Amino acid sequence: MEQIIFYILAATAVIATILAITEKHPVHAILFLVTSLFSMATIFYLLMAPLVAVFEVIIYAGAIMVLFLFVIMMLDLGHPEKGLSPHWKEWLPAVILSGVSIAALVVVIVSRHAAGAVPAAMPTIREVAVSLFREHGLAVELISLQLLFALVGALYLGRQQIDTKSLPPFQGEGRGGDGVDLSMRHGLETHPHPSPPPEGEGTINGKISP
Amino acid sequence: MIVPLEHILILAGLLFFLGLGGLLAWRANLIMMLVCIEVMLNAVMLIFVAGSTRWGNADGQIFAVFIMALTSAEVSLALAMVVYLHRRKRTVNTDAFSEMKG
Repeated sequence: MEQIIFYILAATAVIATILAITEKHPVHAILFLVTSLFSMATIFYLLMAPLVAVFEVIIYAGAIMVLFLFVIMMLDLGHPEKGLSPHWKEWLPAVILSGVSIAALVVVIVSRHAAGAVPAAMPTIREVAVSLFREHGLAVELISLQLLFALVGALYLGRQQIDTKSLPPFQGEGRGGDGVDLSMRHGLETHPHPSPPPEGEGTINGKISP
Repeated sequence: MIVPLEHILILAGLLFFLGLGGLLAWRANLIMMLVCIEVMLNAVMLIFVAGSTRWGNADGQIFAVFIMALTSAEVSLALAMVVYLHRRKRTVNTDAFSEMKG
């Protein structure tokens, strides 16, 4: 039963990955990749690694893919007609290289002597956590430092350059500088206001003056 | 192990080389290059977890978690760089950023 589920999930992962890397629309590619990641998470669960399976769903499919979607939608990159998708001539060397590599890998793995199955006791989540924080404590610290550096670097790269010289001059919206609007403003200025309205409030004045 | 280790290795190799081929083919689009790198890292994680299950050792799962943290750091930096490059030239085409070409 578990073997059948594994092969179904493996086929799902491979097909979803193929669809993801051949899809021209980036948002559809990300969604196919989320499908592939979910099936990989279930494979991890079948391999008796529930911690990695849960982290795969939460971090990979939940955080990283949503970050991709966020950037694609923020930069408005979901236009496959802009000509960034590869031509079939660009697919050719990639397909040849991948095919040769996969064939070599399959030949090597199949011709390898199958080692006898060791009835190994699987580590529980408690043992994984103990091993993580007792034996690999330095690595945990290094990873956290790396995440901190990534955070600082992303903040530095993503900050807005506020350059006052390159900014366009501010203009009030909806006012074309026509005579009617100007006359309305002049009519308003005869009204006993303490100060003339600033430039940006032309539309408000235009709405309330009739 | 529910299935032989060889089958899991073949699945991971398939996913890895699919990601590699996609990376080579999509070399004009920064976003899709990052997506293909994700596929490759995911295949490597599958090999680590399969080894952990095969030998009953927790280190493989720990390294898979480390790879996940590394990937999140890499993706956040790379996407910040994509936003920065898009702000400079209004495109994510890698051919547009060739100022250092001799």
